[in-house]
Amino acid sequence: MRILLTGSVVATCAFMLFTSGRTLAHDYKLGPLAINHPWSRATPGGSKTGSGYLRVANTGAEPDRLTGGSSPLAERITVHASSTDNEVARMRPVVGGLGLTPGQTVELKPGGAYHLMFEGLRAPLKANDKVPATLTFEKAGSVEVVFDVAAMGAGEGAAKHDGMAPGMHQNGPFQ
Amino acid sequence: MRARRILQISLWVAALVWLATFGVLQFGLLPKPQQSSPLAITTGMAQIGGPFRLESHKGEVVTDQTLKGRPSAVFFGFTHCPEVCPTTLFDLTGLLQELGPDADKITPVLITVDPERDTKSVLAEYMQSFDPRILALTGSPADVDAAAKAFKVFYRKVPADNGSYTMDHSAVIYLMDREGRFAGSLDKHEPKEAQLRKLKALIENSSPT
Repeated sequence: MRILLTGSVVATCAFMLFTSGRTLAHDYKLGPLAINHPWSRATPGGSKTGSGYLRVANTGAEPDRLTGGSSPLAERITVHASSTDNEVARMRPVVGGLGLTPGQTVELKPGGAYHLMFEGLRAPLKANDKVPATLTFEKAGSVEVVFDVAAMGAGEGAAKHDGMAPGMHQNGPFQ
Repeated sequence: MRARRILQISLWVAALVWLATFGVLQFGLLPKPQQSSPLAITTGMAQIGGPFRLESHKGEVVTDQTLKGRPSAVFFGFTHCPEVCPTTLFDLTGLLQELGPDADKITPVLITVDPERDTKSVLAEYMQSFDPRILALTGSPADVDAAAKAFKVFYRKVPADNGSYTMDHSAVIYLMDREGRFAGSLDKHEPKEAQLRKLKALIENSSPT
């Protein structure tokens, strides 16, 4: 019995070790909401703002909203919509939160329509940092998550994958 | 005799006026619709670039005159920008590394649109994360405004309800030749190879012959 128990603990540890950093080890559940791989990017020196990305699937029957969050490393986490229109980059807080339609997955990604913003960073984010945070939803409540910090410029999508500076190795999101 | 001479001169003048008008219509106005690049329509290419005077994060005064003699790549941004600006600087850092020694023949310039928060020391710390050849410029709000006007760049302060604010701003990288004349732009959506080609062409065309 004891051997069996020890064996399963070892197996679990080994499994976690091998899967760490992959999406498998980075999922969160909050009621009907499945939150996948919260991650961020390293910020430049002295930067007061950082960005946050993740995927949220609403597996329930009711709509919900991602309203923002908090982190001990920032003054607040807000949801922003960003757009580039006629070469002008704009960013606006999403009033009332980002809508999560039942049966759909929303992805916040670099260059996408939405991102989370870490406002008032107490220190720059560095690659491989783990940033603890609480995400808040209108109906489902809040959940504690950890944002994995990737390298600066990480995960700009297929078109940008060759845009990485030489010598900057990192694992992009969802790999 | 005198009347005939006057008639002759007026006929010549009339012919010249007609030719000039026709010429402008034919060759001056007609080619215009062919300049269908969005930049030409929104900004008027020839007018990008002009006098400005700012200070770099390294403490040197940088003006349109000091930039002359080498081509430059000029864009506007701010350090409280979470995504577009760090990505642009990061990508530019990659491009400069890829250019190798040729990168020394071009002056990459970031001009802040947020001089209130982006002081020289803030920029100095921020720029440590990027290629050391990139100059970050700031100045008084009036000086920054003059620079934005010179480059026909749009920027606007947008207050947030929590007392903070963000900036809307043009995110184009302008390529200027060694005389400070507009020579094109980089689009962050185009492949890196295309951007590299443009930078190489800018450096080549700007080399003293």
